[in-house]
Amino acid sequence: MIEKRVHGKLIKPYEVNADASGKVLENIKAALKKANLKDGMTISFHHHFREGDYVINLVMDEIAKMGIKNLVLFPSSLGKVHETLIEHIKSGVISEIHTSGLRGPLAEFISDGNMSKPITIRSHGGRARAIEAGEIKIDIAFLAVPRTDCMGNASGNGSKTQCGSLGYAIVDSKHADQVVLITDDLCDYPNMPRSIVQDNVDMVVVLDAIGDPEGIASGATRYTKNPKELKIAELASKVITSLEYYKDGFSFQTGSGGASLAVTRFLKDQMIKDGIKASFALGGITKPMVDLLEEGYVDCLFDVQSFDLTSTASMYRNERHYEISASEYANPSNKGCMASMLDYVILSALEIDKDFNVNVMTGSDGVIMGASGGHCDTAASAKVTIIVAPLYRGRLATVVDRVTTIITPGDSIDVLVTERGIAINPLRTDLVEKLKKANLPVVEMHELVALAKSIIGEPQPIEFDDMIVANVEYRDGSIIDSIRKRK
Amino acid sequence: MGRLRRTMLYVPGNNAGMMADAMIYGADSIMFDLEDSISLKEKDAARHLVYQAVKNLDFGGVELVCRVNGLDSPYGENDIEAMVAAGIHVIRLPKTETVEDIRAVEQLIAKYEVKHNIEVGTVKMMAAIESALGIINAYSIATASNRLIGIAIGAEDYVTNLKTTRSASGVELLYARSQLLNAARAAGIAALDTVFSDVDDSEGFTKEVKLIKQLGFDGKSVINPRQIPIVHQVFKPTDSEISHAQAVIKASDEAEIKGLGVVSLNGKMIDKPIVERAQRIIELAKASR
Repeated sequence: MIEKRVHGKLIKPYEVNADASGKVLENIKAALKKANLKDGMTISFHHHFREGDYVINLVMDEIAKMGIKNLVLFPSSLGKVHETLIEHIKSGVISEIHTSGLRGPLAEFISDGNMSKPITIRSHGGRARAIEAGEIKIDIAFLAVPRTDCMGNASGNGSKTQCGSLGYAIVDSKHADQVVLITDDLCDYPNMPRSIVQDNVDMVVVLDAIGDPEGIASGATRYTKNPKELKIAELASKVITSLEYYKDGFSFQTGSGGASLAVTRFLKDQMIKDGIKASFALGGITKPMVDLLEEGYVDCLFDVQSFDLTSTASMYRNERHYEISASEYANPSNKGCMASMLDYVILSALEIDKDFNVNVMTGSDGVIMGASGGHCDTAASAKVTIIVAPLYRGRLATVVDRVTTIITPGDSIDVLVTERGIAINPLRTDLVEKLKKANLPVVEMHELVALAKSIIGEPQPIEFDDMIVANVEYRDGSIIDSIRKRK
Repeated sequence: MGRLRRTMLYVPGNNAGMMADAMIYGADSIMFDLEDSISLKEKDAARHLVYQAVKNLDFGGVELVCRVNGLDSPYGENDIEAMVAAGIHVIRLPKTETVEDIRAVEQLIAKYEVKHNIEVGTVKMMAAIESALGIINAYSIATASNRLIGIAIGAEDYVTNLKTTRSASGVELLYARSQLLNAARAAGIAALDTVFSDVDDSEGFTKEVKLIKQLGFDGKSVINPRQIPIVHQVFKPTDSEISHAQAVIKASDEAEIKGLGVVSLNGKMIDKPIVERAQRIIELAKASR
């Protein structure tokens, strides 16, 4: 057979048996052999299992045993649970990493300059764009799926694990040369409705366990009682309802932090009073959003990632709760990018500076500890981008002169809501009068910076080495910032 | 017209984070606690922390109160000196039972005002009454010092003293609340109600705030910022109360300009208490915006 590529993708005939059992394999090793994994290939994973993921570690351990080296690891994100990858970096199995997020010991290991090649940090929309544009070619995608049939019709609703939307995995399944599904729930054919379609699947590996349900739903829906977060959330809700975009049919997205989630609670109360309903809510879906849907305050949900069991169950129960891929969600080159239809997005920040640049990636010690996520995608696309953040956390200022790392450029941010006042980006003078008229505590950004300094003082600057440990890619593919090795 | 004291927010004196943020929630007064919420081994550290907070943080004009330890403890006098030196507005004395309790604290305040070059009489006092004896002596306590701006009831110790417990209806506190309130009014100072401990029971809390407002209390001690908007909402005058109050004050002002001794509105005579009530409603309305 002559190897042929169309738009960079390998075109190949399938030679499976009539009963289709030919796709099913009983272990990862068999899949690796069949896929003909070689040194230097690019392999991808998704992060729908969050801190409950077994699959990345299982696959990488098996690859290491085979003696394969210099792989490019291309997951949609990584968590603390992936600490064991450190060994595979040390032994040369992994030589390059592209991810949205990085936490825990692996993040510290990389921040300390232990990889010779800088990692690449991409947003969720930016990752989908890079794949579709052919900037990254996935040789083999290993996709954990809670349930699949023997042909690879897969869904996020299994008997042992549930993760709901497989939005990030969908992109990989469409564009990888080879797609290996890994499941612990092989069901009768056909598994419908499906997130991943059999057309794109090469192999199905059946294991005893692919994830820990507790870790999959870990702490994402934090119902905050923290008075400071509630105050910020209430103010943010007032910002939303004071602007002209707040009318019947408006759309919004909230991040998964405590304050952002709480915005939904206050917003709902005001929507009931005003008799206003939203058209859609987008992004990572959580219980408060599902409640809005079920009570009729939002018309539908577009779900790229289901954060808790309530949203997972809702996606399979409620016909107005739609699964979308990461590309539909936030890829700037997608013709139907849903982020670009947003009226409001409410996002959090580790740091925001006087020019409104936002850091959600590096901590006050210069160590990588967060995730780019959909931050810069939705911030650039929504009509109004609201950052909710306390002025300081413990002894660390959130509002600073200069962020440690830029993930989202300041010109995408419209409003910062803190417990001590609301700052409006000078690029949005149109918002100033409206928010002042609404009796909201509007202050200047430099006043917040000064206030933070007056309360907690000014820390010594973090000392960095010259070595670059990570490049931050903006959603359009340009490099917006670099992270250096900490001293 | 006195200062509004609808809400007095308790802040444990050993929690720097809570102290730094205490003023953002809109409480009328902030009360740093050095007494019951501070363990014995942290008494000195908490005193130092509250001293630094009062001295260095900007609380934006909110009334600052400190609940000091009693003089029967080894900490009371040190607490008083530190707070006077820091510039606290009000020292709150716990478990007050007699006139002598007030006088002893007053003398120490005066002593340390002199020592720290502060005009004598600057620091005000509040007394918490938490026992049957204290309630009996409420009026003499309330009139024991010119520094007193208010008296408060501390219900937990009081109901224990009565050999009962707190109930949802608050019937066990009816006598003490009424007695304390009457004493405060006779002395011309503020009356403040006790805390409501279950911060998640907003329904029960609202009910209690409505009760104490109707009894005549100025406000309530709160232990969580989430309770503040509830109290302020209950104390918020209605639109018709506000417009009536505005009309009363307008009529009163006009009568004064014209030199009229008798004020009337829509044919009804308005006397001094009606004008005072109207002024209080306007103050409450302004604060509730």
